[in-house]
Amino acid sequence: MRGNNVLGLIFSDIHEERIRELTDKRTMGSVPFGGRYRLIDFPLSNMVNSGINKVGVITKSNYQSLMDHLGSGKAWDLSRKREGLSILPPFTSECTVFNSRIESLASINTFLANSREEFVLLSDSDVVCNIDFTDVVSFHMKHDADITIIYRTGKLPEKICDPTVYTIDKEDRVKDMLINPHTEGVCHYGLSMLLMKRELLMKMIADCVSRNLYNFKRDFLQRNIGTYKICAYEFKGYTQSICSMNAYFEANMALMQSAVRAELFNPDRPIFTKVRDDMPARYGLGSSVSNSLIADGCVIEGSVENCVLFRGVHVGKNTKLENCVVMQDTEIGANCHLNYVIIDKDAVIKNDRSLFGFHSYPVFISKGSVV
Amino acid sequence: MLPRQEVVAMLLAGGQGSRLGVLTKNLAKPAVPYGGKYRIIDFALSNCVNSGIETVGVLTQYQPLVLNEYIGSGQPWDLDSMNAGVRVLPPYQRSRKSDWYKGTANAIYQNIQYIERYNPEYVVVLSGDHIYKMDYSKMLAYHKEKGADCTIAVFEVPLDEASRFGILNTNPDGSIYQFDEKPKVPKSNQASMGIYVFTWSKLRKYLEMDEANPKSSNDFGKDVLPAMLKAGERMFAYRFEGYWKDVGTIDSLWESNMDLLNPNVPLDLNEGDWKIYSRNPVMPPHYIASGAKVQNSLVAEGCNVYGEIDFAVLFAGVTIAPGAVVKDSIIMPGSRVEEGAVVQYAIVSENTVIGKGAVVGARPEDIANKDEWGVTVIGDGCNIAPGAVIPPKAMIDAETLAEEAAK
Repeated sequence: MRGNNVLGLIFSDIHEERIRELTDKRTMGSVPFGGRYRLIDFPLSNMVNSGINKVGVITKSNYQSLMDHLGSGKAWDLSRKREGLSILPPFTSECTVFNSRIESLASINTFLANSREEFVLLSDSDVVCNIDFTDVVSFHMKHDADITIIYRTGKLPEKICDPTVYTIDKEDRVKDMLINPHTEGVCHYGLSMLLMKRELLMKMIADCVSRNLYNFKRDFLQRNIGTYKICAYEFKGYTQSICSMNAYFEANMALMQSAVRAELFNPDRPIFTKVRDDMPARYGLGSSVSNSLIADGCVIEGSVENCVLFRGVHVGKNTKLENCVVMQDTEIGANCHLNYVIIDKDAVIKNDRSLFGFHSYPVFISKGSVV
Repeated sequence: MLPRQEVVAMLLAGGQGSRLGVLTKNLAKPAVPYGGKYRIIDFALSNCVNSGIETVGVLTQYQPLVLNEYIGSGQPWDLDSMNAGVRVLPPYQRSRKSDWYKGTANAIYQNIQYIERYNPEYVVVLSGDHIYKMDYSKMLAYHKEKGADCTIAVFEVPLDEASRFGILNTNPDGSIYQFDEKPKVPKSNQASMGIYVFTWSKLRKYLEMDEANPKSSNDFGKDVLPAMLKAGERMFAYRFEGYWKDVGTIDSLWESNMDLLNPNVPLDLNEGDWKIYSRNPVMPPHYIASGAKVQNSLVAEGCNVYGEIDFAVLFAGVTIAPGAVVKDSIIMPGSRVEEGAVVQYAIVSENTVIGKGAVVGARPEDIANKDEWGVTVIGDGCNIAPGAVIPPKAMIDAETLAEEAAK
């Protein structure tokens, strides 16, 4: 059943400096992932699968590829008369692009005010997971919370950017919140997703703006731990934060594990994405493929091992591809040998090329390059 | 009044396709899966859109549910436009003289009202059971250039096979002087493809005359076209070059799927400016495990391949377990081939399980009596028991299988 009184808000731009190579010409939300997806497909599909009918996508810069990807929202079933998808480009009264999350939320005040949903779910687009937000909503209601943050228990992922670490009491209430602390071992760290009443969000944003406070984590959350009832919901499923090129590479490689695929691509909660109408992947004579994830439209004549190939990638004869992530429509010629290489879309690798990276430092070939 | 459309396409999709046996038990022939992610009707629909024809009536009659659901609003083919687009046209009850579609011509006759709403100059009549990529706008240009009343697309077949087809005999200028249905001694090798362009005013007249004739079988090939020729209307043959296959039989369906794996066959579905559109499954990319062997195959999204495939077409969500072997076969969506099973020269329909160690089909080389050999077909939802042996040419359907198991 559709409709659960929750408005979704996705921040498409976050920590882009951490994977500058991939976000040079796009936002975090439109970073290609897993053979046919963009990162925003995960929060967006999670919301849709949880019955959220209305989603606003907040953008800041470089959002052309994002808009191209989202289109009318049809692929997520969000192209509809009532509710549906709204892309919210930067808009401030001072004619400057906002610099903080508080400002961006202040700038969509009208959108928030005109929405009818009681709750708002805010999410970043740099975490890959398959989460059922209906559980979060029930949790929020049961605890009669003002704000529910979603966290995970474990060791902090390496190089994670500005992590928030929470101290949580037995009643699931947040007692303390540390930003970018020095921690070793297991902790409760935030997944940058939170649920709260829409009207409370508008009020708190107005409060911050009136006091000239513009740091979301510090001023919006940390300062208010005593004032509001902030509860914490633990998500126990698979998550992967895309916080560095290594993490990006690892997250793609993790898809070779059938348990990870089963969880992320749960057929009951599918991840939707833009359709391309490619024919199924075609394997030629002499092709040899092992432990790889391969999308529609690929034509493979060489050998591919431990790779993720996006839609429309061509691999020529006698070419050997190992531990690579190759994005859409890249052409790799004959007699090449590539190991630990991440290739952005529309690149051309000519015949007889060799490129080698290392597992802790994959070589990156940028969009449209010719090697 | 709707905006005028120069061309309206009418797609004949009501046939049962009985020669496809269990494959068309629950769905009409145009809805039969093809090529790893398509249904047969995708070709005609995509050709229409790519040729600039935006008004398409799909005539349905036999088992229309799957087809109706598949076509839906027409959005995957961009046929959900405001005034035109695709319409599914089943037979309907009227104040008097209601009937099923009695023949191909009658199906169009019963929908004269639909066509008239667009006040078209031309009507294109298409079959929903052919695999080909064709620019109908070129054929239409030829029709206009010749000042024809009817243009029939023809395909050159080898002369020794011509006696299996409806052959058109033409004058040097391309005008038709004779229809020769399955001639013993063919005079030409131009086979009709079942694709017609009509000047609508003429077609309408002949449809009404045909309807008034109680002896007519209301069929284009048998009645309407010969009547037009007899009356001396301008009829031309339009020669089509490229890949074309009628997939009305198990053998031709199997062959046409295998043609996709042959680089020498001129049917490239990856061509950017003439895409074949379809409803896409929402599934992750397919996974090929270590130890799998994959060659000469077409693999769609959501598949998991652990075993060996060679000359295989795998539709979305198929699983090939470790040690399983699939060769020269087509496995339709959601099916599983369990460990150690061997599938050769077979068409395995949707949501089927081939149990551990089962053997389905055989290579023609391994059969002494060639008459006993043929493509094996496993119907929808069959559960082939572990270790079972299904001989070549067999056609298994889920109900018979369940009845036998109950005995």
